[in-house]
Amino acid sequence: MKAFRSLLMGAAAAGLFATAAYADRGSDGHVNIIYWQAPSILNPYLSSGTKDIESSSLVIEPLGRFDQDGNLVPYLAAEIPTVDNGGVAADLTSITWKLKPDLKWSDGTAVTSADVVFTAEYCMHPEGGCAQAAKFEGVKSVEAVDDLTIKVTFTEPKPYPYQAFMGGQSPIIQKAQFQDCLGTKAPECTTANFGPIGTGPFRVTEFRPNDVISMEANPNYRDASKPAFATLTFKGGGDAAAAGRAVLETGEFDYAWNLQLAPDVIAKMAAAGKGKTVAAFGSLVERIEVNMTDPDPALGDRRATADHPHPILSDLKVRKALSMAIDRSLLVEVGYGQAGRPTCNLVPAPALYASPNTDCMTQDIEGAKKLLDEAGWTVGGDGVRTKDGKRLKLLYQTSVNAVRQDFQALIKQWWTEIGVDTELKTVDASVYFGGDPGSPDTFQKFYADVEMYANNFDGTDPEAYLAQHTCEKAPRPETQWQGENVNRYCDKAYDELVAELGRTADLEKRGQIGIKLNEMLTKESYVVIPLVDRGRVSAHSNSLGGVVLNTWDSELWNAADWHRVK
Amino acid sequence: MLNYVIRRLLLAVPTLLFISLAIFLLLDLAPGDPMAQMPLTVPPEVKEKIRIALGLGEPMYVRYLLWLKQFFINEPLHIIANMTGWDIAGGAQRVISWQTRSPVADIIAQRLPQTLTVVGISYLVAILIAVPIGVISAYRQYSVFDQIGTFVSMIGFSVPTFFTGVLLIVIFSVQLGWFPSIYDTQLRVTSWDTFWMQVRQMVMPVTVLALFNAAQISRFMRSSMLDNLNQDYVRTARAKGLTEKVVVLVHVLRNSLIPVVTVVALGIPTIFGGAIITEQVFKVNGLGQLLITAIFANDIPMVQTLTFIFAVLIVFFNLIADVLYGVLDPRIRYD
Repeated sequence: MKAFRSLLMGAAAAGLFATAAYADRGSDGHVNIIYWQAPSILNPYLSSGTKDIESSSLVIEPLGRFDQDGNLVPYLAAEIPTVDNGGVAADLTSITWKLKPDLKWSDGTAVTSADVVFTAEYCMHPEGGCAQAAKFEGVKSVEAVDDLTIKVTFTEPKPYPYQAFMGGQSPIIQKAQFQDCLGTKAPECTTANFGPIGTGPFRVTEFRPNDVISMEANPNYRDASKPAFATLTFKGGGDAAAAGRAVLETGEFDYAWNLQLAPDVIAKMAAAGKGKTVAAFGSLVERIEVNMTDPDPALGDRRATADHPHPILSDLKVRKALSMAIDRSLLVEVGYGQAGRPTCNLVPAPALYASPNTDCMTQDIEGAKKLLDEAGWTVGGDGVRTKDGKRLKLLYQTSVNAVRQDFQALIKQWWTEIGVDTELKTVDASVYFGGDPGSPDTFQKFYADVEMYANNFDGTDPEAYLAQHTCEKAPRPETQWQGENVNRYCDKAYDELVAELGRTADLEKRGQIGIKLNEMLTKESYVVIPLVDRGRVSAHSNSLGGVVLNTWDSELWNAADWHRVK
Repeated sequence: MLNYVIRRLLLAVPTLLFISLAIFLLLDLAPGDPMAQMPLTVPPEVKEKIRIALGLGEPMYVRYLLWLKQFFINEPLHIIANMTGWDIAGGAQRVISWQTRSPVADIIAQRLPQTLTVVGISYLVAILIAVPIGVISAYRQYSVFDQIGTFVSMIGFSVPTFFTGVLLIVIFSVQLGWFPSIYDTQLRVTSWDTFWMQVRQMVMPVTVLALFNAAQISRFMRSSMLDNLNQDYVRTARAKGLTEKVVVLVHVLRNSLIPVVTVVALGIPTIFGGAIITEQVFKVNGLGQLLITAIFANDIPMVQTLTFIFAVLIVFFNLIADVLYGVLDPRIRYD
């Protein structure tokens, strides 16, 4: 029996290998992808829209990408440079990349270090308005050592040098195609921006802005047996429900991106049996930010600045009580289903930086009440707590969004239970996130007591993200209300630890510092009250194989491996 | 008549200039920021650089005058240059979309055919349905046919297209699988097969829009017929012994069509404007869908250009409707 079973297994394995060996470029025909946001341009350096970055990732590639677990994987580079293999200088001021030999652009010409150097020149041009300029921050020079070797020098030691040329935001573009498109000329190169010549598995045959892209297999792709699909249609536009329907219910499309839909709607669609949903988690966290300064309009110009600490929320016990009263599991169930999980962390992943902090997971209304009692807030006649004649009343703002309004209603109810009177406010997303210093309703200005939104960080290293909470990053009149530290949190110890992170190259040590910084903001101070770790749900048809959902890079990062399941 | 047309055309110039200024101010003063859709991971300094690269650093009047120059001088130059091959445009800056960083006019030219076929055909179908329904409803007023006609047009008029559209998709695409739910905008009609596919994918959007338009036009037709049916000249015609067919279809119908023709002419600009919602529901890449995506992305040059073109069309078709009035009704004289 045992022998028979192993024989069967062997036969199955042989079958698998056989199909793998027979797979040929273009042998699986056509594949249809739908994104409910339509791509406008195929040049990520001129647009930071996810739709544009991900659609172009089929065509142009970076030196290295992040895989589904956040690990670095070489793409055009022969290997990922590290201090150990000598690719990163011991003093952390330079990184040397080596290209894979014999790489070809889709037009048949050779990929050389000159293309990489040009890519940096293109994005670092002062008049180009490059959307990915942040990736090249701190880069002093990029030079070609030989045809395949590129040396990037930094202005100061950079413990995490994997920003430029890494991930979907920073692909290599062809010098021959873009050399007349520098600076203010960048928008005039419509043909190049709509049809970049790349090294990826596909090349563009037709681009219709904000509508559809047709592609075919790149004849010069470095793996002769890939991609399995000869042609590809990338349709854009509509809404998430229509995209989900086209894959899960009617089967017209093979892959639908980011189905931001109510959990029961997705479940109903999936019941039709034409496709499956896939979910993965990255670093996007829906959170409540607590204002440490007093937004009282009576304070005039200096409202919501460090001059006036918040009269209620400066007390740690109040902040902690607010967090304890929230049932995060219920929020996930109501708003995100498969695409969410409760979290107590600002940095929920990758594992190296994720704190094991779970103290907020269970709701504790009684504990919250006790904490408020201890803090001196006593319940008044109308159920609202007061202290020294001041009512415990908070203004809670967020952007217009069905799920966020559900969250507001639920949280208001829990806070009412512990005696906090909550006033809700919603602001249109384009104003809330617009950053206009003249508007009183931006999330940076934060003219409210608590506010809710979601944020994440690019790539897998949270250093810049955690550095957003240092004292000098606080938005204030002097900075035209720009800055990321919307809470106006200011702790010398925190600033010092951030500086230390900036000097540390050892990954394990970085992880420890990152965890500590995360805990200082969350379970030690409750300045940030994390709610939900928001994942992504996408869908693919039953016949599409090879899909590995990746939230650290473009979702289409491994489209070369996609194939038809027979 | 010619004098009248020339006078109206001259008057249209200040009107349109004023409209363009109003659109510009509305878009510029409205809250919203083309950078708002960018991920929060893009730092503010980078956003500021992009804003300047888009030309947002200039004062408002400079941007308005620049747009006027680009729209009224540079664009026509480029169009003439493209048609004749003369190199008169040189490097003159065209109106550039902020989303795609490509000339707005090219995208509009690419989108126009889809809108004209889908929305245009639906308008044609609507007229073909609405006129007979209106005639019969009026001739047999309060009959069962009239009641049903009234009921259907009330539904067509009051149920929004985003509801009927999705309803049709759920029934005919999801349940029955007869028609595709997503419009294939790349389909080229080269054979009977592809023609059949084109027909199949147009059925649902055309039906939804035709129902909506027919509801409106059939009501106009009915009330206009009713006005005329009781007139003295109708009684005279009958007294002269003309057959009922001639009385209704020649005498009454002709006279009743005068106001309906005006309504139809005034509705033509909406064909160019596309059916924003219906195009979005069925993913038809027309002008309406272009406008709505541009609004969401705060792509001001695109929105400004599109709305201004719509304004030009509305002014123009108003003029046509007025002229048609004079042509159809000999009692009206403009000179």
